[in-house]
Amino acid sequence: MTDAETVTTEEKSYSQGQLVRRRFFRHRGAIVAMVVLAVVIIVAFTSLGIGPIPGWWDKDPVSQYEKIGTGAPTWEHPFGQDTIGKDYFALVMLGTQKSVIIALGVGLISTVIGTVVGAFAGYYRGWVEAALMRLTDLLIVIPLLVLAAVLGKIASPWGIWGLTLMLGIVTWTGLARLVRGEVLSLRERDFVVAATAVGTGAQRIIFKHVLPNAVGTIIVSATLAISAAILLETSLSFLGFGVQAPDTSLGLLISQYQTAFTTRPWLFWWPGLMILAIALSVNFIGDGLRDAFDPRQNRTKA
Amino acid sequence: MTTLDITSSSDATSTGDAVLSFTDLEVTFGTEFGDVRAVKGVSLEVHPGEVVALVGESGSGKSVTSTTALGLLPSNARVSGTVRVGDKIVGDLDQAGLRKMRGNDIAMVFQEPMTALNPVLTIGDQLTEALQLHGIAYGRQATARAAELLDMVGIPEAERRLKQYPHELSGGQRQRVVIAMAISCDPKVIVADEPTTALDVTVQADILDLLRSLKDKLDTGILLITHNMGVVADMADRVAVMLKGDLVETGTAEQVLTDPQHEYTKRLLGAVPHLGEGTGQADVAVAGGEEQRRPAPALALDNLVIEYHRLGKPAFRAVDDVSFTVGQGEIVGLVGESGSGKSTIGKCALGLIPARSGSVRILGEDFGALSKKQLKDLRRRIGVVFQDPAASINPRFPVGEAIAEPLVVHQVGDAASRQQRVMDLLDAVELPRACYNRYPHELSGGQRQRVSIARALTLEPDLLVADEPTSALDVSVQASVLELFTSLQQQFGFACLFVSHDLAVIDLLAHKVVVLQDGRIVEQGDRDAVLRHPREDYTKRLLAAAPVPDPLEQQQRREDRHRLLAELGDEVVELRIDPTSRDDRPARRKTPGAEGGNPLGGAFHGG
Repeated sequence: MTDAETVTTEEKSYSQGQLVRRRFFRHRGAIVAMVVLAVVIIVAFTSLGIGPIPGWWDKDPVSQYEKIGTGAPTWEHPFGQDTIGKDYFALVMLGTQKSVIIALGVGLISTVIGTVVGAFAGYYRGWVEAALMRLTDLLIVIPLLVLAAVLGKIASPWGIWGLTLMLGIVTWTGLARLVRGEVLSLRERDFVVAATAVGTGAQRIIFKHVLPNAVGTIIVSATLAISAAILLETSLSFLGFGVQAPDTSLGLLISQYQTAFTTRPWLFWWPGLMILAIALSVNFIGDGLRDAFDPRQNRTKA
Repeated sequence: MTTLDITSSSDATSTGDAVLSFTDLEVTFGTEFGDVRAVKGVSLEVHPGEVVALVGESGSGKSVTSTTALGLLPSNARVSGTVRVGDKIVGDLDQAGLRKMRGNDIAMVFQEPMTALNPVLTIGDQLTEALQLHGIAYGRQATARAAELLDMVGIPEAERRLKQYPHELSGGQRQRVVIAMAISCDPKVIVADEPTTALDVTVQADILDLLRSLKDKLDTGILLITHNMGVVADMADRVAVMLKGDLVETGTAEQVLTDPQHEYTKRLLGAVPHLGEGTGQADVAVAGGEEQRRPAPALALDNLVIEYHRLGKPAFRAVDDVSFTVGQGEIVGLVGESGSGKSTIGKCALGLIPARSGSVRILGEDFGALSKKQLKDLRRRIGVVFQDPAASINPRFPVGEAIAEPLVVHQVGDAASRQQRVMDLLDAVELPRACYNRYPHELSGGQRQRVSIARALTLEPDLLVADEPTSALDVSVQASVLELFTSLQQQFGFACLFVSHDLAVIDLLAHKVVVLQDGRIVEQGDRDAVLRHPREDYTKRLLAAAPVPDPLEQQQRREDRHRLLAELGDEVVELRIDPTSRDDRPARRKTPGAEGGNPLGGAFHGG
């Protein structure tokens, strides 16, 4: 009741999107996380450049440089050097680039597949639902790591893009179930019944009426899928089933230098820190989005 | 009984005997858009054995006011002023003190009994919980007391009911359980927040009878929150009218309802549809004139049967052998209580539910015999308005898009002509054109329902199905929406199937009335015949139960109703606390049962 009152007494009115944005930007954790993530991504992509575009960092990840002392971090090599003298900053930035691309790609693919599968299962019910949800169950009962490892190995000839596609194909199940639940309740709402009564077709109802109302759930799950993808890629690369050399990624870096943990700890810490920063930021953003979309769920501070 | 002692009860200085009093109460909510003042200085008293009705429209602060009495406001609320329950000041109590006060001194009856009761606990568990928490009775004694409480509120076979879950009871019985819980610790005052809004009229009349006997026999003070003026006339000794957080008028029920002083109260009362005074459409010829009535009727139902399939159980027959027609340009009111199948018929007429047998013909075309393409074309000619405008308009669509949606679906016109059509419709439903880009949540309930009506009229349908279009609205809003509806009907000349539980609304609107009970037609005919000279008992009972907003007339009607119930072999519901009155069980509730009557019955209300 008070919400309605506020909105009508306010002179300026807000659309739903504006309300969400407003609440999101008041979530301090999410804003800090967004800044951290932005800095990480910008630094990673500008320092080495993308493809033909050169970056501002004067060293590259392949050349071997003269080793300064043990290779510990210096001004010349802020992240230190590896055993054979490669610049570790360049290596970590390259790994971050690849990891971020994989994570965003996996998030996008799994969100699209999960949303469509969940929406169709929830809206059509009947045999469509039975078939789609049994497929989902099947994917869920196979250990994710094993499935991803096998598919990742198959896709390894296509580099990180193949890996991205394969990871996307195995990680949509959770979202599909969430979206199906949302759609099941939304399809009984009066505005959907009203749309049906006007003669609106099923596709239009799903994509114009139902899904926009589930967008909160979808966006929140998508962010969480991104952070899960980072961790999954890291695990796979660490185990040797993910990104293959000469490509690199944060997980692969850790795996390659795991023996150096005691002697050259920076080789372990930098990629680890990057993984932590990215995964944590994405999770915080997800939290902020969830609070923004559903303010009643969790009001910690006004 | 509506007799009252005007002088003593309206005398605000005698704070001594008030069981509940608010003095200069102010409540402010801190929200993300700044502070909202919900209650702005309200002073009010409730005395023992007195019913004070707090009326006002949604958002007027009446529920907030009553919630302060139990100290149940959310944490973002700031309260100033004093709230006194008996001799306790609510603001001074700590959590433990508050818990002790709730139940013992003040209890609450909620609007929706299904949500007020915990669905996973038995009735018995929930009733004994309060008794044990407050140390009134334990174990077997508590169970016996619970059974006795159920018996008091007129639930037969109390012992068996204790082991049942809320979903096994009917709506009226659930509300009785809630009342039994409220009186379990013998509170001095009960706050009843819209206690009958979710109930059917006949059940509402029973619950009101029960509440009335509560104050007569237990001397409990009742703060009744309602928006229904009929309920006020039926129950209240004194009335307080709230408007936007302010108390604008107080007085005895008779004063306020028959001779209102404040402009707002007058408007509020003027807006209440009065059963028996409705003009219907009798003076207005069916739009379009006689010659148009001859072609196929807008809607014809023939021996319609609708069944819901249930897993592992025989199908539930929601509508059984129903036949009636809605002529072109005619408004037919479909009345019945919840579960009578009226909304199911509405959905079937929209082609959303298939018929088990029988036929539904819209403008001469049978729903069952159409191809998908033809069905879509037929749907262009049917419009629909639902009960809750908040739920029936897609919250993600701006108003203009929502109204234009049918045009887009049926690919009528281009962007410019659609926009023009929407503007015309906004004018027709008397909404400012600026609404075009607004979102539904920015509009009030009445405005939203206008959008909903505009959307239904976008394709100029021949038939409009309106499913309780005004029951979610405040009375004054309802009046203006109904007025608009009538004028639009004359302007556009659509036929209308108007589903409603409110006889007064039907009286105001319909040409013909169809009365439904348990999926069957009880009575149908012209509005005048059915509502003025009902032939069937059920219709009579329905008419008798609808309260009117005039205390004297309502008292008369109540007595008439009690007489009618006696004629029909029913008993008037009341609180039974005297063991000797145990035989007066309502006859329509079969099998008295519950022989384990408890001698504690008389010993109970010491307070």
